[in-house]
Amino acid sequence: MKVAVCVKQIPDPAVPGELDPSTNTLNRDDKLILDESDSFGVELALQLVEAAGGGSVTLVSMAPRSEVSGLRTALAMGADDAVLVSDDALAGTDALGTAKVLGAALGRVEPDLILAGVESSDGYTGTVPEQIAGVMGIASVTFAKKIEASDGMLSIQRQTDDGYDEVTCPMPALVSVTGGVVEPRYPSFKGIMAAKKKPVDQVGIADLGIDASAVGFAGSRQETVAVVDAEAREAGEIVIDEGEGFQRIADFLAELKVI
Amino acid sequence: MATPLRPRKESPRDFLATDGLLDDDEIMLRDTVRRYVADNILDHVGEWFDAGTFPIKEVAPAVGKLGLLGMHLEGYGCSGSSAMMYGLACMELEAGDSGLRSFVSVQGSLAMFPIWAYGSEEQKEEWLPPMAAGEAIGCFGLTEPDSGSDPSSMRTHAKQDPSGDWILNGAKMWITNGSVADVAVVWARTDEGVRGFVVPTDTPGFSAPEIHRKVSLRASVTSELILDNVRLPEAAVLPGVASLRGPLSCLNEARFGILFGAVGAGRACYEAALDYATTRIQFGGPIARFQLTQKKLVDFMVAVQKGTLTAYHLGRLKDQDMLSPAQVSFGKMTNVQMAIDVAREARSILGANGITTEYPVIRHMNNLESVYTYEGTNEIHTLVMGQAITGQNAFS
Ligand SMILES: Cc1cc2nc3c(=O)[nH]c(=O)nc-3n(C[C@H](O)[C@H](O)[C@H](O)COP(=O)(O)OP(=O)(O)OC[C@H]3O[C@@H](n4cnc5c(N)ncnc54)[C@H](O)[C@@H]3O)c2cc1C
Ligand SMILES: Cc1cc2nc3c(=O)[nH]c(=O)nc-3n(C[C@H](O)[C@H](O)[C@H](O)COP(=O)(O)OP(=O)(O)OC[C@H]3O[C@@H](n4cnc5c(N)ncnc54)[C@H](O)[C@@H]3O)c2cc1C
Repeated sequence: MKVAVCVKQIPDPAVPGELDPSTNTLNRDDKLILDESDSFGVELALQLVEAAGGGSVTLVSMAPRSEVSGLRTALAMGADDAVLVSDDALAGTDALGTAKVLGAALGRVEPDLILAGVESSDGYTGTVPEQIAGVMGIASVTFAKKIEASDGMLSIQRQTDDGYDEVTCPMPALVSVTGGVVEPRYPSFKGIMAAKKKPVDQVGIADLGIDASAVGFAGSRQETVAVVDAEAREAGEIVIDEGEGFQRIADFLAELKVI
Repeated sequence: MATPLRPRKESPRDFLATDGLLDDDEIMLRDTVRRYVADNILDHVGEWFDAGTFPIKEVAPAVGKLGLLGMHLEGYGCSGSSAMMYGLACMELEAGDSGLRSFVSVQGSLAMFPIWAYGSEEQKEEWLPPMAAGEAIGCFGLTEPDSGSDPSSMRTHAKQDPSGDWILNGAKMWITNGSVADVAVVWARTDEGVRGFVVPTDTPGFSAPEIHRKVSLRASVTSELILDNVRLPEAAVLPGVASLRGPLSCLNEARFGILFGAVGAGRACYEAALDYATTRIQFGGPIARFQLTQKKLVDFMVAVQKGTLTAYHLGRLKDQDMLSPAQVSFGKMTNVQMAIDVAREARSILGANGITTEYPVIRHMNNLESVYTYEGTNEIHTLVMGQAITGQNAFS
């Protein structure tokens, strides 16, 4: 079984982010790391290939400056190889442009199954996976919490508000994986040393047959026109408990429709 | 095509950008161990410390899976990493707790190392793979009730009877992992000098009562070993060494891990104090704005960074096979003293909260008293270096 996993490499969330005031986009000049949201997809892919008794896990990523640090982490977890799309012309690409690029790269891999995160931790539009499926013309299933594959078919548990749906679909398909549904393995020492030797195929947009005018700032149909600070939080309400505090809390939560 | 990374501002956590001295693999390993500790240890270790327990059955296989047990040994299921990587792992483990690092040091450097370095092929095949996987636990018995800094005064002895079997008698004291070990490497006097014995802990006559009432290294098992006519086959002796050089070479390996580990403990105390100082409000603002507090925080930062540089330098020397035992003493002595000093002063910044195990600082502070004492006290390392620079032996 051949599984491809879309992995985004993002600025380290532990380091405070900065916006470029001229483009209103996130500054990505520092080292990028594997988005934790995608570590679940990597883990599921490794488990699926183990369960299938063979196959491969290929990572696909689009990132600036030929960044491979995040890919190396996923390779150290056990993925077999990676395709990295990196091209100066991609600066400022919006989500649809990203999907076109990833779709073209995935087309070269020809996987049975493509996994992606439900949403990234930095951009979190949560739209790239479905757009990739659209670009590639394959089935798309969202919010997976469990995936099984057999005889060219996938059975998937889709997380819902009240529980889960059971859905099936034919392969190839794109499935977005809900964060936290599996425990991603830690890279082991041996995995880290092996990762260095695993192949990373670095391609530009010309290799994928994509025109520079279709991507980057030029090709983006969306533009961030302004960034404003979030409104300061209001002071909130202080309730002195005079024996009915529990009721006030319950009423408040009921008003929020949390209970 | 690649544009260079923009120069960073100084990071409060790595002021001199010492990460630049590490390669990508070293950083990935370091970050992986750091994440393991954050995910699995930090939230629980205060309670383990309070209760005086260490869940070795869960921790050992997990740490084994990461490849950290006997990690700088080659073959037999061991990782075969550089010394630098072993050191970095120790640094992150001890930023969690000295008890966790002690377990890994004892397993890898004190129990696996002598089997690896001096053991027979059969001993290696039998013990090293399960020990590397964390499925078998080892301990190291050198210290005795009346023989600590001066191991040459040990009384535990072994005699061969006419059948060739060895009979072991004596008592060992302060033995990490003793009560939970599957195998003990026990050093004993014989007619041919000090020899090491590989003792399965279910051998009749072997017992290991746990030592209680510790107020340091509580998240670690410490035991007495009682050897009462323990009969071992001839093949239980480590064939490769017959002098104190055996146990001393093990200690040299473990001390190398400690000189990194102590930096981790010191760093954890500094970071806890820094977080606390920037969020604790008194007199209308964070206590970090007081000059007296800033002086403390800067002292911690400088001390931890110097300790880091010392460790990295000694790590590189070891990987070039150029590190002498006296240089290891330098690192063990100065980095442990640094960590104790930082821990004690950092505790003061946390005020009353600082005396509880809700925060890590007093736990590290107490743990470091053990780290100061074992693997050669600071006094002993001072004398080792004193002899190295003066040529005068102060021990006799
Ligand atoms: C040089 C360069 C500069 C860029 N500059 C900007 C910029 O300034 N601002 C900006 O918003 N975007 C920029 N992008 C694109 C950006 O990296 C995102 O890919 C895109 O915006 C996707 O949006 P999202 O994060 O909301 O994805 P979501 O839809 O939230 O992501 C869901 C899932 O899709 C997959 N996925 C998403 N993006 C990628 C990816 N890049 N590689 C692999 N898998 C992915 C992951 O599995 C992820 O979990 C740039 C890209 C490049 C190469
Ligand atoms: C938590 C813990 C775990 C341990 N784990 C192990 C283990 O797994 N295996 C093992 O074999 N041992 C272990 N030890 C024992 C440890 O190595 C010894 O405690 C250490 O060697 C010191 O010996 P001692 O306690 O007998 O002190 P002593 O040697 O009696 O020393 C007492 C004091 O005298 C000082 N002193 C001694 N000689 C001199 C001198 N020549 N000049 C100046 N001062 C001197 C010492 O520095 C110290 O301050 C452990 C100890 C602890 C606390």
